[in-house]
Amino acid sequence: MSATDLKALLPLLIVTITAVLAMLMVAIRRQHRATVALTFGGLAIAFASLWVAAGSAPHVVPPLLTIDRYALFYMGLIFAASMVFVLLSYDYFSKLEGDHDELYIVMLVATLGSSVLVASTHLVSLFLGLELLSVPLYVMVSYPRTRALPVEAGLKYLVLAAVSAAFLLFGIALIYAAVGSMELSRLATALSIREQLDLRLILPGMVLLVTGLGFKLALVPFHLWTPDVYEGAPAPVTAYIATVSKGATLGVLLRFFHATQVLSIPSILLVFWLIAMASMLAGNLLALLQPNIKRMLAYSSIAHLGYALVAFQAGGDLGPSAVTFYLAAYFVTILGAFGVISVLSNSEGERAAIEDYRGLFWHRPAIAAIFTAMLFSLAGIPLTAGFIGKFYVVAAGASSAIWSLLIVLVVTSAIGLFYYLRVVVAMYGRAEERYEPEPRLRPIPNLLLAGLTVFLLWLGLLPGTFLRLIRDAVGGLS
Amino acid sequence: MMLVWWIAILLVAGVLSAIAARWNATAARTIALAAVLIDFVLALGFWMRNPVAGPGSWIEQADWAWLPQFGIRFHLAVDGLSLLLLLLTFFLGAISVLASWTEITEGIGFFHLNLLWTLAGITGVFLAVDLFLFYFAWELMLVPMYFLIAIWGHENRVYASMKFFIFTQLGGLLMLVAILALFFVHHRATGIYTFEYNELLGTVFPPGIETWLMLGFFVAFAVKMPVVPLHTWLPDAHTEAPTAGSVLLAGLLLKTGAYGMLRFVLPLFPTAAHAFAPIAMVLGVIGILYGALLAFGQTDLKRLVAYTSVSHLGFVLLGIFAGTALALQGAVVTMICHGISTGALFLLVGALQERIHSRELAQMGGLWAAAPRLSGAALFFVLASIGLPGLGDFVGEFLVLLGVWPVSRGLAAIAAIGVLIATLYGVRLVQRALHGPNVHNWRFPDLVPREGLAIALMVATLLWLGLYPQPVIRTFQPAMQYLEQMK
Repeated sequence: MSATDLKALLPLLIVTITAVLAMLMVAIRRQHRATVALTFGGLAIAFASLWVAAGSAPHVVPPLLTIDRYALFYMGLIFAASMVFVLLSYDYFSKLEGDHDELYIVMLVATLGSSVLVASTHLVSLFLGLELLSVPLYVMVSYPRTRALPVEAGLKYLVLAAVSAAFLLFGIALIYAAVGSMELSRLATALSIREQLDLRLILPGMVLLVTGLGFKLALVPFHLWTPDVYEGAPAPVTAYIATVSKGATLGVLLRFFHATQVLSIPSILLVFWLIAMASMLAGNLLALLQPNIKRMLAYSSIAHLGYALVAFQAGGDLGPSAVTFYLAAYFVTILGAFGVISVLSNSEGERAAIEDYRGLFWHRPAIAAIFTAMLFSLAGIPLTAGFIGKFYVVAAGASSAIWSLLIVLVVTSAIGLFYYLRVVVAMYGRAEERYEPEPRLRPIPNLLLAGLTVFLLWLGLLPGTFLRLIRDAVGGLS
Repeated sequence: MMLVWWIAILLVAGVLSAIAARWNATAARTIALAAVLIDFVLALGFWMRNPVAGPGSWIEQADWAWLPQFGIRFHLAVDGLSLLLLLLTFFLGAISVLASWTEITEGIGFFHLNLLWTLAGITGVFLAVDLFLFYFAWELMLVPMYFLIAIWGHENRVYASMKFFIFTQLGGLLMLVAILALFFVHHRATGIYTFEYNELLGTVFPPGIETWLMLGFFVAFAVKMPVVPLHTWLPDAHTEAPTAGSVLLAGLLLKTGAYGMLRFVLPLFPTAAHAFAPIAMVLGVIGILYGALLAFGQTDLKRLVAYTSVSHLGFVLLGIFAGTALALQGAVVTMICHGISTGALFLLVGALQERIHSRELAQMGGLWAAAPRLSGAALFFVLASIGLPGLGDFVGEFLVLLGVWPVSRGLAAIAAIGVLIATLYGVRLVQRALHGPNVHNWRFPDLVPREGLAIALMVATLLWLGLYPQPVIRTFQPAMQYLEQMK
């Protein structure tokens, strides 16, 4: 392994070292605050090292990984989201009994897995990254193990994720059987010569691959775990699943499909068309009457991934950058939304029912305003990042003239407005007695939420700089 | 720069007002009123100072790059039409601050923030000439308006506000798709990525596309106007909104729809709009009759006034798509006068509700004895609304009818029946509410000076528009001439 290899892999190495250090530290002395500081510091250094790695990008670390600007950009998103997760968890778990240090260690492993995923240009590293991500998630979901809901959610996630991993493996095997290689570049070359292709193996292989990844993305019809896991997992973990896990999976999906251009095979395009349609419709319709905000956000996340798939299918110049921007905007928004839920939770439990939010604005206007901004961003209202994201997706769709998907997107987003507004209405409602004021001031989560909101508005008003960054990153994708 | 100031003053004053309300409610109200009045005076001065620009050109512009990757610019521009609508915006804005002076007692700061930001959004809609910026402002004015209804509205406010938001959002998203499609069609034809209004004019469309894009815009504006059958949000929203909200909705938000037709649908898609005109005109006539008939059947006073809006805006739609010089003039005059007369009616109904806590006609009767000033004012605006000669609304509707006549005699004749039904609902309102014995023994204070001032200003404006509309017509005339040339 050369020095350049090490330089390119620096972010991954730093995350790994942090995990090991944290483990050693916990073995010597348990202290929540110290573990959090170490984890956060490690992630921050890893984030900073992205610029070091960018110096040698694009760099192929044969045979498994490629560290290009695309991978580094996604790693940036993943590290940033993980840092937010650390701060939220610190606030959230301080309110609970028990030891919380191991949570950060497994989270670091999951973050490592996600980073491997977005840098993978080989089916083996894809599977490796996905498992590195999945296994820690089982632990994270059921971390408050004295409570019933998290344990149930964790078990559900374990069973379904294991099954979907099996599907993925089988898909990889079929593709390998057809093409004779698992390297992305070989796959791309083999798939570009359509005449020699054995579609009898490739098609089922691709469909199984999509099944495996679609499970992680919670696309219809692989979405059944989503509401239960979202509801059962602690709010920061839910935020982590919604952002890091889905973001990394979408990142690798985009890379593989962009490189192999399999979407130009009509039957695969049809599969994606159906999945996008079904996700947009089912997600929005099922969210409509949810009285629980976490479940509602679970269904809404299904719909949002459906929107992202619209841009994904658009392809062309705009498609990949639209997907990436949409994802980044979604990261900020959903971290903010679950951040609010997490901050409002206390030792007795989480405030997840919409009714718990009635009259919030009149007692804690700042946090209600932040939540409103996040919900409006999810609904795609101007001033917020979500608006630019939706605009970008529609632009990508319009440039490729996929009207059927766009019409469904428009209609379902209008339907979706209903359930976001339900929460907003509740927060600004007049039933004052339901909400007791904040007992003590906690600067870390409050500053964090304020920062996320500022970032949300910045992306919504002046996304120019960020767009350039994304175009740079996606430009390296080939 | 003036154009940016108009928006900035409203936005900043909104925040200031919200902060001031922590200490003093009157200070918050005064800040809001002052901001709107400053804007009004600035706009009035601007109108006096500037000669009217020729057809198809702007009086003043402000233009900065915003998102160069997409060719999006922060581009504002004003011509005679938008200037007049801005004057109306600031005028009614001041009226609505006055109208909520005693009505709103909870969350005063946040109320004025929303009120001023709604006005800022509307100002943005009337000024934006970058299609992206236009859509941005279009969506943005919804949110504070939604809060106005959802928080300070009446009994059924949650349902009404949500319906309002979802209807307009659906229309808006269709427009977004149409805007982007136009953007790419234009790019394919010229190789330039731009949302610039002036550049998108005269885009050459591949066959079959133009009608669809025109419909995308049309539906968004038709929801706002509203055009039957997309009007169902309107009676609910108007009825449940607080007085200021109803004034803004009827006086201004509906006008943004009509403005969109004039500014975007006709010039951007001349061929498709021309082909679609007969259908739009029929829809307009249906709106006139339907609105008037339903107004006749209402027992809730606010709902009644709301349905008259459907009817009047039917005239506007009819005039816009008839496309003759007179019809277009009539449509714009109706837009302005309807804003004032209906705004005044909502103000009066609101004042009445504050006093007797009811909007039901059955609860009224003989109010003239209890409150002669209020009743007299109501009579005046009812007469204006049903088109009494000498008042502004008459000028507008008469011009529309005159202008439609050469295009379609049948439609003009049917539309005239609408004026007849208007008399029925007007007379019914006056008889049931104001005349007769005071069976419920109402005793309440008459209009206070603050309300009286607002009403007097509106009376004067309507009289002026009815007797000497020439300065106004001269101001928007070039914009209408430009539309005629497009045909």
